[in-house]
Amino acid sequence: MANGLKKFYMNDKIVVPVFAVITSLFIAAIVMIMIGKNPIVAYGALLFGAFGTKGALINNLMKATPLILTGLSVGLGFRAGLFNIGANGQLIIGALLSTYIGTKMIAYPFYLSIPIMLITGMVGGALWAAIAGWLKVARGAHEVITTIMLNYVAVFIANYVVNGPFQAPGGVPKSPEIAYSARFPNLITSGATWLSAGIFVALTAVVVVYILIEKTKMGYEVKAVGFNPYAAEYGGISIGRNTVMAMAISGALAGLAGTMQVMGLYYRYLGALGGSMGFDGITIALIGQNDPIGIAFAAFLISSIRAGSNQMQIAGVSKNIVIIIQGIIIFLVATNRLVKTFMFWKRKEVEEA
Amino acid sequence: MDKANKKDYSKYAVVMEKIVKRFPGVLANDHVDLFVERGEIHAIVGENGAGKTTLMNQLYGLINSDSGKIYINGAEIKIRNPNDAINAKIGMVHQHFMLVDRLSVVENIVLGMEPVYGPFFARDKARKQINELSKRFGLFVEPDAIIEDLPVGIQQRVEIIKVLYRGAEILILDEPTAVLTPQETEELFEILRALKSQGKTIIFITHKLHEVMAITNSVTVMRLGKVTGVVKTVDTNPRELARMMVGRDVLLRVEKGEAKVGKEILRVEDLHVNENRGLEAVRGLTLSVKRGEIVGIAGVAGNGQTELVEAITGLRKVEEGHVIFKGVDITNFSPKKRRDMGMGHIPEDRLKHGLVTAFPLYYNFILGKHDDPQFCDGEFLKMPDIKRFSDELVKRFDVRPPLINLLGANLSGGNQQKVIVAREISFGPDFMVVSQPTRGLDIGAIEFIHKTIISMRDKGVGVLLISMELEEIFSLSDRILVMYEGQIMGEVTPQETTTEEVGLMMAGHRLEDLRTQEA
Amino acid sequence: MNAWIQAIINVFINPIFYKSTLNQSTPLILAALGGVYSETTGVVNIALEGIMLIGAFGGVVGSYFTGNPWYGLALGVLLGVAMAALHAWASIRYAGDQIISGAALILLAQGITGFSLVELFGKPGSTDLVRSIPLVNLGSFENVPFFGKIFNSLSPLVYIAFASVAFSWFLIYKTRLGLRMRSVGNNPEAADTLGVNVYNVRYFGVLMSGVFASLGGAFLSIGELGQFTENMSNGRGFIALAAMIIGNWSPTGAMWASILFGAASAFNDQLQSQGILHLATNTQYLFGMIPYIITLIVVGGLVGKSRAPSSDGIPYIKD
Repeated sequence: MANGLKKFYMNDKIVVPVFAVITSLFIAAIVMIMIGKNPIVAYGALLFGAFGTKGALINNLMKATPLILTGLSVGLGFRAGLFNIGANGQLIIGALLSTYIGTKMIAYPFYLSIPIMLITGMVGGALWAAIAGWLKVARGAHEVITTIMLNYVAVFIANYVVNGPFQAPGGVPKSPEIAYSARFPNLITSGATWLSAGIFVALTAVVVVYILIEKTKMGYEVKAVGFNPYAAEYGGISIGRNTVMAMAISGALAGLAGTMQVMGLYYRYLGALGGSMGFDGITIALIGQNDPIGIAFAAFLISSIRAGSNQMQIAGVSKNIVIIIQGIIIFLVATNRLVKTFMFWKRKEVEEA
Repeated sequence: MDKANKKDYSKYAVVMEKIVKRFPGVLANDHVDLFVERGEIHAIVGENGAGKTTLMNQLYGLINSDSGKIYINGAEIKIRNPNDAINAKIGMVHQHFMLVDRLSVVENIVLGMEPVYGPFFARDKARKQINELSKRFGLFVEPDAIIEDLPVGIQQRVEIIKVLYRGAEILILDEPTAVLTPQETEELFEILRALKSQGKTIIFITHKLHEVMAITNSVTVMRLGKVTGVVKTVDTNPRELARMMVGRDVLLRVEKGEAKVGKEILRVEDLHVNENRGLEAVRGLTLSVKRGEIVGIAGVAGNGQTELVEAITGLRKVEEGHVIFKGVDITNFSPKKRRDMGMGHIPEDRLKHGLVTAFPLYYNFILGKHDDPQFCDGEFLKMPDIKRFSDELVKRFDVRPPLINLLGANLSGGNQQKVIVAREISFGPDFMVVSQPTRGLDIGAIEFIHKTIISMRDKGVGVLLISMELEEIFSLSDRILVMYEGQIMGEVTPQETTTEEVGLMMAGHRLEDLRTQEA
Repeated sequence: MNAWIQAIINVFINPIFYKSTLNQSTPLILAALGGVYSETTGVVNIALEGIMLIGAFGGVVGSYFTGNPWYGLALGVLLGVAMAALHAWASIRYAGDQIISGAALILLAQGITGFSLVELFGKPGSTDLVRSIPLVNLGSFENVPFFGKIFNSLSPLVYIAFASVAFSWFLIYKTRLGLRMRSVGNNPEAADTLGVNVYNVRYFGVLMSGVFASLGGAFLSIGELGQFTENMSNGRGFIALAAMIIGNWSPTGAMWASILFGAASAFNDQLQSQGILHLATNTQYLFGMIPYIITLIVVGGLVGKSRAPSSDGIPYIKD
């Protein structure tokens, strides 16, 4: 079906993010030229830093692991009509709780401690996000404001505990290490980098979220509420229950992202463990258009840019340009009307036969 | 136009000549003429969709005519936007008030034409001007009150003062009494009389005939985009007006046999329901529907029909009274529970309630029954079964294009409605609320949906049909209830009544009064 | 227990606490005012955080290259307004999602300041020290007991912040433009039918939010120290947003909420320095989360009542 193929390419789910990514890379290139750097060299360094060596690729995949999860977290929220800007806080709470449990796992075999860790991380994130869900449903508080506030509260809680009751001696504030049985095994090791089994958890999450959204009753209800709460109510679907549920699952995914960092990378809670992953999740969900498979690719795109940016910095372009690129991508997706106008592209509604 | 032919319209405040306005698929105004003398109150009456508001929106510049001419005080002018209308001293009070809720009365009235001292808003000047207007026309308002704290009747006064503040000599009021209580209506009439006595010209859109008789000087009657009568109020009576409004042979006749009426399936007892703003919309309504019959509810939009439907289907809270379905009191049941008990619902607003337009058709076909074992195995949707089911429905109900992967938004209105009807019927209900099933559809789709409703009835389903189209009510119903201001004005059958009689009931006359008059 | 009472009294009788409150409130007041301007006209602006950051950076850059901190302030405001213009353009002209656009601008500001920092100053982290805006010396007032210590040597931006509150209150509630701003934020359709240009009024609101948020940001960098450090707004834009909400979208309300947050932070600092309590260093984090918890309680409607303009966040599309 030629028509079907055409529709695939003209689909705004594909066109808008691709346009946004290309445009942002182009603008960044112009900035580089303006400061007297060669964008081809810089982007070459970026590619090399992301894929050039075995170590680079491992580092890249390790970065992608939590990003897939925060991307899924934000994307699932969007599907339910919720803007979860609080993946960061949910990630922190999830990581903190699982770290705590992880330090108690010394006597347990890995086949018990690993699932317990995963579940703890998810429950932590889910509960934290459910606060925002409940405030929205019961009190009408907008989730953007509440999740931002919950982010800060989480940061302060974490700082409090790793500077006191849950502090490991010496140096930077950090928690004690988790038990060996609670750590992911390494799949490949190359020098000082390794690829943990966490990547499988992230990929499994992609599949699970895909099934959840596309194949289950709950996914159906959550989407109906997100698209049209009136019709959902008419169809007998509870708006409140599904909003809290969607928020909790979104938080569970973010909590899992934090747990990945604990189980596969740091083996403890560190203040910097979340980084900007919550915000990156927004970029990733927007590029991936809230589709789990799309999000997996988008997360890999962002992790590649991030992983490659160190090499680019060595080549003389500050890695902050990566943040500019991300900002431009989000901005362009937000103004997708602009993108569409820009491309002189009109979609024809399917006419009645 | 040459001078010899020039007509003398100088005694008219407003003349609209051969106005044509076409919307996609509808001829909303078909060469409409309107003559309004200076200083009179002129009513424009007609059913919903007769083209009254469309005509007035052109006079106020909100939409532009396809052809036709407008003369104000005898001079032809072009009105392209509301500013042109304001300059021509025309003001309009919309059916839905255009007020900023959080601002005060003064602020709302002067917005856009604020008196100032330099950059500063001269609140005292504004207040003074408004007090003068208030006094002159007997429109008393508290200038510093906040709009959202005021009752609807006072809000309407603010709208009228807003128009007067802009120097309007010609006032258009679009269904001004639709939202008012009888007392407020009486107060409004006082105001209108005062305005008239000060020389203002008033165009009054309504469908309530006793109001027409009470305060207007002359009447233009519209039906289906055309003028069907122009009379002086003193020379006419409600009966004649009703005939001009609705009195015609029903055009669409649907083949239908004798109803095989069974046991009662739905009973509504002394029901009270509020509308969104907390005013009572359904006021002590009682009705009953039996298996195998179609009960039609006739009435002009905004008389509580929407609230009645939502109360029966569980989408709105009941203040008082009961809904009894299959002998069970379901007044406080969730929509879901009602569905599971065998209640179907074709909603009045397809896009708001009926469809998730961003869903593909196969998802829309299971809305409301998505957790039925037929489509759902525990937590998982049975996608192949859902798609097979959808394919069947698409074929059986001739949805075009017959592609179940299309999004709801990609279908035409008629096909969207087919999807909803197909879904509701396929769930095998025993009782169905059908609200405005053919609004905005073309003849072919209307016919199809009418046939479907009749065949449902013949299979023993009880149907409650709500429609603003009198034709539809007459051609489908076995019994007709007429609803006015949240109450039933009377029950008739299509065989023993006339459209004229129903039209009078729609305008607020009780059946018993009409029948005693006759006797 | 006695030690606690003594420590708290010590904080409150120390003029430094009040001075610190004023200094900590100032950036919040200015940025929250920015939020009030934007949201009064109906445009949600979570980009305050980003605008503050770019305002702070612009302040240092301007001061660095001209040697005059006032030019720095001007450059900071200019960049802030430019950033606000992007937000306005996306959310008014293209009816984009205001929250997504705001999130994009926060990232853009972080990226641009971080990137330019390295390009202009050759190292990441922080800039060189530059001349900051001179503090206001009150002369002999300094010798007035207690108050002299509070008010002497404050940044002029502190005074500007409070003057801006008065100015904004007057503008929003007492002028024609203010009336139109409020009407556009609550019912743009009604305003439109009365000939008010909805788009222009909204542009004004968003651009003004750029002016004030960037002033708040500039205070952080050239208000006292004369240095920009990476990500120095550090969430103050979000706190300002919270102050605006708790202040019920009014300039005075936003000011009081900002002062409350500023005081909480100043109190926290001062309490830490009270030796008699033997506080562990991590108690600062417990106190630090108080403003956020207050905000959660207020937006949850558990205490007080706060209501956004009716059309806040909804693009106005003329058909």
